[in-house]
Amino acid sequence: MSTPALAVDAAGLCRRYGRRWALVDVSLQAPPGCVVMVTGRNGSGKSTLLRILSTAIRPDRGTARVAGFDVRRQTDAVRRRVALLSHHSYLYEALTALENLEVAARFVGVPAGREALEERLAAVNLADRADDPVSTFSAGMRKRLSLARTLLRDSAVVMLDEPYGQLDPPGFRLVDRIVGSLRDRGVAVLVATHLLERGASLADLGVILEAGRLVWSGPAAELPSRARLDPDGEGGA
Amino acid sequence: MSALAAALRKEALIQWRSRAQLLAVYLFGAASLLLFSFAIGPDSAALRQHSAGFLWLALLLSSTLSLAESFGHEMENRAFEGLLLLGAGPRSLYYGKALSNWAQLSLVGIGLVPVMVVLYDAGTPRIPSLVAVIVLGTSGLSAPGTLYAAMTAQARARQTLLPLLLFPLVVPVLLASVKASSLVILGDPMGQMGSWILLLVAFDLIHWSLCGLLFGRVVED
Repeated sequence: MSTPALAVDAAGLCRRYGRRWALVDVSLQAPPGCVVMVTGRNGSGKSTLLRILSTAIRPDRGTARVAGFDVRRQTDAVRRRVALLSHHSYLYEALTALENLEVAARFVGVPAGREALEERLAAVNLADRADDPVSTFSAGMRKRLSLARTLLRDSAVVMLDEPYGQLDPPGFRLVDRIVGSLRDRGVAVLVATHLLERGASLADLGVILEAGRLVWSGPAAELPSRARLDPDGEGGA
Repeated sequence: MSALAAALRKEALIQWRSRAQLLAVYLFGAASLLLFSFAIGPDSAALRQHSAGFLWLALLLSSTLSLAESFGHEMENRAFEGLLLLGAGPRSLYYGKALSNWAQLSLVGIGLVPVMVVLYDAGTPRIPSLVAVIVLGTSGLSAPGTLYAAMTAQARARQTLLPLLLFPLVVPVLLASVKASSLVILGDPMGQMGSWILLLVAFDLIHWSLCGLLFGRVVED
């Protein structure tokens, strides 16, 4: 199958939790190799948007194609081409870091041998904690392990929900490197973050959500001047 | 097939890392058997006559603990959702989990036999037959139990909700298991064993097929 012109093509997405609309009529397009920064206040719908596009939840209205496949009707095909770093770590507390990667690797169908997985752990600076249970990990270490898990598969679209959360400065740089390398490989990356300056320097496009609605989209370089995420207008962080 | 192998490997890893829980479930079953024996008193004939019924009651109660807990690991950090998003098929995940629950319940059931023999004076030379009945009966508990455990996993009152949903459904399995076990322990002069085993096998086949088909609907949004 040929590569679709748009890695993400969503139109009129709506999602309701109970009586509250978390996302209202949101449209978004991203070509392959494009980094899109999605920003907005807490509860503005960033995570909901990423969860719909990764097929974790279904939209109540609207359509979306990711990597050329419909998120409603071709869920399996989308899942084989998309990776999501979620708020939830998706890790088993009782298992070690290596075992967590092994479990995921077996489902994805990539090499699940110790050596191959230790390389993955080394890439996120966790090689020395390979045999420690996740229950002993700090929040930052869990985030690093989740990143390694997210990147197990060569995906067409990678979605990172608050990738900088809980990370230390070297962790920030690690995320930046990962996003840059994904873009170089032609992967579309959606990054939901409050860190405006950092995100804007990485991204090609920017999107601002407010109360579930898309209020601005355009070149990422213009994001810091457009977004007003806190009373000081500094964009949080 | 490789997805099922991956699911079984995951279950094996989790079971090994949380093996203390299997011991806890077993001890709960053994304590239940002990308490039930107090209800009968010292009448050894009555104890022996009711031993199979109490064995299965203890197993049923233990099963609600282990079945509910089997999805506890999946719900923390939403690990189960993570597997679905990796493209793991719900059916593979179901059969991996159900087979793991079956193995666990069978082990608990087989481990409870010596306790039953001692407490209820229910010794039998036909131990392999009793083990076979336990394996078939726990299979009938595990298949629907895994489905219902998934349905109730996110409910606050899952420890209460699971037995409320599961117990009515497994009455035929329980009935057939108790009757077949009784015939093994007390003897089968009328040759009724075959029909009870047939009923168990039929229920197992129906539950394992149907629950595997329904599981995807249960776990997807």
